[in-house]
Formats: sequence, structure tokens, C-alpha cells
Amino acid sequence: MLRVARGFVSTEASAQEVVQDTWLGVIRGLASFEERSSLRTWVFRILVNIAKTRGVREQRTTPLSCLAADEGTGPTVDPSRFRDLHDPEWPGHWTPAGTPRRWDTDPEAGILRGEIRDLVSAAVEALPPRQKEVVVLRDVQGLDSEEVCELLRMTAGNQRVLLHRGRAKVRAALEVYYSREIA
Amino acid sequence: MSGERGWEIDCIDLVELVTGYLEGALDEEQHVTIEAHLRLCDGCHTYVEQMRETVNILGHLPLHAAQDLPDQIRRQLLAAFRAQRPR
Repeated sequence: MLRVARGFVSTEASAQEVVQDTWLGVIRGLASFEERSSLRTWVFRILVNIAKTRGVREQRTTPLSCLAADEGTGPTVDPSRFRDLHDPEWPGHWTPAGTPRRWDTDPEAGILRGEIRDLVSAAVEALPPRQKEVVVLRDVQGLDSEEVCELLRMTAGNQRVLLHRGRAKVRAALEVYYSREIA
Repeated sequence: MSGERGWEIDCIDLVELVTGYLEGALDEEQHVTIEAHLRLCDGCHTYVEQMRETVNILGHLPLHAAQDLPDQIRRQLLAAFRAQRPR
């Protein structure tokens, strides 16, 4: 929750207050909670509303219509990993050096290795705010796309763009990790 | 024939459609083209697998639910919660 709140407000302390206010709101509202949505969606809706109100006060929210450039456009994979579009044989295809190498994941480890967990957490923290919100709600918290669109009041298309860009950055961080391990 | 189909899309464009593909949000035409491409192209196949693995790892991150709040705030909340409870 703190991670989601942090996407809307400017300081860690402010985010903690948002989480606190959310729980107070939950406690107050519990009696009137109707099971039209899941409890989880309901709690997150309260959180997002409080965080947004606060974010506006702190002048930090960005309307979706003007997503920062790094949030919404540009390639998610370094273009130099592909042959150029005039390549006589395979334009736009992976170069030999750019082709992704398989990761030596350890299925027997079962539980996530601490190292990888820290690395992925850090990669998520480093995402631009809108991407972080979507990735955390969808992939970490496990909400479905409809719930997230409703919570963040965005279209399915926008949500998908942010999710894709966020995931691609996390993948890139894992790629660096695994290629270092091989070397 | 399905081989031809697979080359209708370039890797550089496919990587931008992976999330749409995994979400089942693409139109039938695009979906079939991507499936055909993935059968032919090891690089893209690996890329898509890695995006799946990324989602899988994200899903195993701890939620930090209990550690979300500093002690003092947690105490205040518990007090507020007790005060709300019907007796």
C-alpha cells in the first residue's frame, strides 16, 4: 500500500499518512461496505482517492493526458539490439549480439532468491510513478485489469501501455542480473 | 505457410506487443501472426518467456503488509479500530 501511495505523493512520510488515513477510512466505512466489489478493490479505492487528493494538494499529480515522455512513448528495448530497417536480409530482427539469452533460472529454488527479490523491488521502486502504480497493483498485488482501470480511472489501453513499459524495465533489470551471473 | 505468416511482423515491433499478447488484448489477426513468429524466432520466444518470468517474479514479491506502518501509527490505528467496534 505504501508503494502505491508513494506514486501519488512527494514524500515517504506523506505516503505513510495516506496509508494511515486509508485504514481509518476502512474502519469507518466497514459498516457501509457492500459486497459489490471485492474488499481488496474497495480498500485500494479508498487509498487511491486519499492519495490523489493529497497529491493534488502537493501539486504532484499528472493528468493522464500528459503522461511524461518516459512514461508513455519510445521503444522499450534498445533499438541497437535489432538490425536496421534497411538490412538486406532480416530488417528489424534481433542482431546476433542483441538476441536475448536464456536465463539460468533455478526452478528447484522454488522460493525467490533474496538477491532477485531485492533487485526486482529496486527496479519497481525506480519506475516512473504511473508505471509503478500499475505494475504494483496488477503484478504485485494481483488485481485484474478491470479493477486497476477503475481504481486509477484510466482506459484499458493506457493501463496496458504503462504495464508493458513497467514490466519491460523490470525484465531489463533481470536481464542484466542474469547475464552478469553467466559471465 | 504459417512460416510466411510469422515473418509478417519484425522482432522490433513484436517486443512492443508482448503485454497485449499476454493479456489476450490483440485482435485475432495480430495474435495469430505473433504465435507464428514465436514458433520461428528463438530470440522473440525467449523474450516473451522472460516477460512471463518477470510477471511471475513480481507476483512473488512480499507485500510488506505488516511492515507498511511504523509502530506508532499502527498503535493509533488499533486504538481507532477498538473505539469503532460495537460493544
